[in-house]
Amino acid sequence: MEGTTETPPRCAVPPAASAKDPAVLAFLRDTLALAEVELRKLGRDPLELLTRAIQPALWLLIFGQVFGRIKAIPTGNQSYLTFMVPGILAQSVLFIAIFYGISVIWERDLGILQKLLVTPAPRSALVLGKAMSAGVRGLSQGFIIYLLALTLQIPLRFKVGAIVAVAGFIILGSALFSTFSLAVACLVRTRERFMGIGQVLTMPLFFTSNAIYPLSIMPPWLRALAKANPLSYQVDALRVLMVQGGQSIFGLGKDFTVLLIILVLLVLTTARLYPNVVR
Amino acid sequence: MPPAVETLGLTRRFGSLTAVSELSLRVSAGSIFGLLGPNGAGKTTTIKMLTTMLSPSAGAARVSGFDVVRQSVKVRRSIGYVSQMLSADGALTGYENLLLFARLYGISRRLRRQRILEALQFMGLSESANMLVRNYSGGMIRRLEIAQSMLHRPAVLFLDEPTVGLDPVARHAVWAHLRGLRDQFGTTILMTTHDMEEADELCETIAIMNLSRAVAIGSPASLKAQVGPQADLDDVFIHYAGGSIEYGGNYRDTAQMRRTARRLS
Repeated sequence: MEGTTETPPRCAVPPAASAKDPAVLAFLRDTLALAEVELRKLGRDPLELLTRAIQPALWLLIFGQVFGRIKAIPTGNQSYLTFMVPGILAQSVLFIAIFYGISVIWERDLGILQKLLVTPAPRSALVLGKAMSAGVRGLSQGFIIYLLALTLQIPLRFKVGAIVAVAGFIILGSALFSTFSLAVACLVRTRERFMGIGQVLTMPLFFTSNAIYPLSIMPPWLRALAKANPLSYQVDALRVLMVQGGQSIFGLGKDFTVLLIILVLLVLTTARLYPNVVR
Repeated sequence: MPPAVETLGLTRRFGSLTAVSELSLRVSAGSIFGLLGPNGAGKTTTIKMLTTMLSPSAGAARVSGFDVVRQSVKVRRSIGYVSQMLSADGALTGYENLLLFARLYGISRRLRRQRILEALQFMGLSESANMLVRNYSGGMIRRLEIAQSMLHRPAVLFLDEPTVGLDPVARHAVWAHLRGLRDQFGTTILMTTHDMEEADELCETIAIMNLSRAVAIGSPASLKAQVGPQADLDDVFIHYAGGSIEYGGNYRDTAQMRRTARRLS
């Protein structure tokens, strides 16, 4: 064909660059594109941020203050309130993430999900994109808790490295629980059933973790549950990174590894379940 | 030229229900093909299989020469899809809606802006690019969705009831844009519709589905001639599908259609 002038095909099949992009880069690009959309929406609806602040404020201002007075829970050289702040951060992130799956049912009913599934984006990128969107929401929640903690004069750590790591663990936890929630949504497929299951999941996950009491005072059966609960690993990491004098029981390396492995497994499973929702 | 879409004995079952049964179709490249039939006839299920959202229970289908099961990513790269519902994101602007899909379709950063501006202009939406979509009219949302589906210049475009609930002016505008897409880019269009006028106006070939099967395939003119000398497409439709209308359409379909109609009004 050399030397001949080729007329471009009237309907070019592969567009611009997609086929040539290395798979990993394309995967990250798709994931970030979806998360960025969430950030834009959040920026346009700041009222939502405010209403989401109410629940953690109640836990810290009322529950934390009262339980701090009776000094019944051994928290080492920290005050109970200081011990509790990272737990409440993890909890409020969990509560948002665990209901995040409903958005996929919502998007199915609006036809958005169908359109996403018809793009060449890998299904795992669609799932991780959602998970990262939940991470964006989680970060906004983290910001609120830092403000609350400052007003309560909790001794926070302000080293840049520590704050960046807190952000990382917030994103990791949000991504993990929101992906779990997406998987549930893919299985139950209706809003009503999903809400029922979401309610059933949140409190047990919260109470079987080290969020508001240490592992050391748990009866053995509960301690075993807490060690199997990913929330405990998130709280464990936040406790050492967020406040002064906090201690990690498992070690940051283990916290990170456990959360990451569970996240990867959940993303892979959910990517397989994803097309179920539009059946 | 190989057909843009070809199905052979395509079948989809849900438990004991057969939604699409032994469907064999050929859609020639660059044509507009209409899939007609009462609610529940299997039109949407067919589109879901052709767009790789749903895997067939039996039979095979090729889109743009690619197998919908074994080469699903290649199929997805060469098609566009506009769903029955108004699915543009109301919380984003028109431009942002397009930007997300330009990125997901892997259009390079260099080309992205140009493609988006072209699509907006093609669909007559340049003025409202930076408006939040929740403030668009129904006809504008539909045109935005078509813009979204053509960013990557797909060879085949699937539309599920593209003008349901639109007023006559918006409907004619959508038709003109679909014809323009075919004429300018050579896009093959496969659409479902309930609207006989739409089928007559736009489609070179139509297939009527009833109770999960294709019961008639041909050009509007030839199908009309088969039914009677004075017949219009309504007569053709009633002739082939009339008996079953009472059974068609389940609760979810109807609820969904009403939701779409509500968002449009």
